[in-house]
Amino acid sequence: MTSNINNKNAVIVIRDLHKRFGNNHVLDGFNMDLYEGETLVIMGKSGSGKSVMIKCLIGLESHDSGTINIMGMDMDKVDEIELDELRTEVGFLFQGSALYDSMTVRENLEFPLRRHTKKFGEIGDGTPLVMEALHNVGLEHTIDLMPEELSGGMKRRIALARTLILKPKIILYDEPTTGLDPITSKEIVVLMKSIQEKYKTSSIVITHDVDCARFISNRMILLVDGINYAEGTFSELDASEDPKVRAFFKS
Amino acid sequence: MSENKSNISWLNSFLIETGELAYFTGRFFKEVFRRPFEFKEFLKQCYNVGNKSLLLVGITGFIIGLVFTLQSRPKMMELGAESWLPSMVSISIIREIGPIITALICAGKIGSGIGAELGSMRVTEQIDAMEVSGTNPFKYLVVTRILATTFMIPLLVIMGDAIALFGSFLIENIKGDVSFTLYFNEVFNSLDFSDFTPSTIKTFFFGFAIGLVGCYKGYYTKHGTAGVGVSANSAVVEASIVLFIIDFVAVLIADIFYSV
Repeated sequence: MTSNINNKNAVIVIRDLHKRFGNNHVLDGFNMDLYEGETLVIMGKSGSGKSVMIKCLIGLESHDSGTINIMGMDMDKVDEIELDELRTEVGFLFQGSALYDSMTVRENLEFPLRRHTKKFGEIGDGTPLVMEALHNVGLEHTIDLMPEELSGGMKRRIALARTLILKPKIILYDEPTTGLDPITSKEIVVLMKSIQEKYKTSSIVITHDVDCARFISNRMILLVDGINYAEGTFSELDASEDPKVRAFFKS
Repeated sequence: MSENKSNISWLNSFLIETGELAYFTGRFFKEVFRRPFEFKEFLKQCYNVGNKSLLLVGITGFIIGLVFTLQSRPKMMELGAESWLPSMVSISIIREIGPIITALICAGKIGSGIGAELGSMRVTEQIDAMEVSGTNPFKYLVVTRILATTFMIPLLVIMGDAIALFGSFLIENIKGDVSFTLYFNEVFNSLDFSDFTPSTIKTFFFGFAIGLVGCYKGYYTKHGTAGVGVSANSAVVEASIVLFIIDFVAVLIADIFYSV
């Protein structure tokens, strides 16, 4: 399954994705393409299925029907080894950072690195790679700290550094600014943008932060009732007269 | 009618949980022989399980030895069987009291610790983070912990038994002026392999059960932080029940092989 726009290849293609929990149809035929180098923002109300969609995408949740294709690989047909290799190409920034709290920052960053010897070879001293990743997020001085010693914003940056250390081609952000104060949120969004420009990654950003969407998105999808209700650039959607679309931009 | 319904729902959830635990056990045996082996993490968990429980098991064993001897001594003296005390205490401790008490203490300390640790990792998405980074969390977190408890609990039991016997000796020494050599000669003369072997073998199963139940409860924690407490608590309760069942089965089997 391939798709392209403006001569860019789609790195993720989702077609007719369904997922339900009991009688609750969270995703009801969701479709999406993510193109090389673009940042796609997906907005929706709480409980609209944004996080479920992104977890289906990376294989943390199983979907009921539909297809997910990542960099030419059908997620329904990949075996465990292929999935693990694919996951080194797809970074995931969790809403709560999800740093391993029994490990220092250095160990948090080295952990994925040492497990992917196929991609990186045997890592003797991981410090240069760890420092490079920390330099990207401006937190080199935290290398020997424990997660409990970091603020919420710092944790989010370290989590981003941990995502970056595997040098993924795609990064999935699950509500990257939730729970942060406006200044720290802004810093994180600026950081995401600079990383996207530096590494030319393709990104999906799940958020309901309109400022974040305005700043970072190349394209947006509004997820309503389990389907992609509206799609376009930020300014196109912002100009929409549709009441359901307007509801997002008024808030 | 409503009582019937609640009985059926209880039975239903019991059967579901038993099935899930069986699947979890099957997955452990599938993963334990597959590469990569997480040897470093296994050693770390052995250290956590062994070293951190050492003091508690030691103190408990010592007090059990003291109390058991103190309470048995008057009755044995009354019956004129004071000289049998070391034999009686050692057989009781080696065969039954040492293994089951140490295992119950470990279920409380280690089982709840594993349940809470994995539970909090689950609710804070650390297990998901491990999975998306291409690491098998079951192998890294569960297999290493179950192996660690399986191999360390028998060592803790042996150490607990030895300290309990030392506690018993102290009372005999203080109250009956029995020397160290005499006391332990009596102990070793009365013990043979049929006392030691079955009770040691069952401690491997105790260790396996403590690790398995703790990991199972923690790994499938639901309902946020409140769920972490529930997991830790139920890990202790269920592991304790499983320990008594294993103990009962082990005694039955030992009876078949060692009965004269």
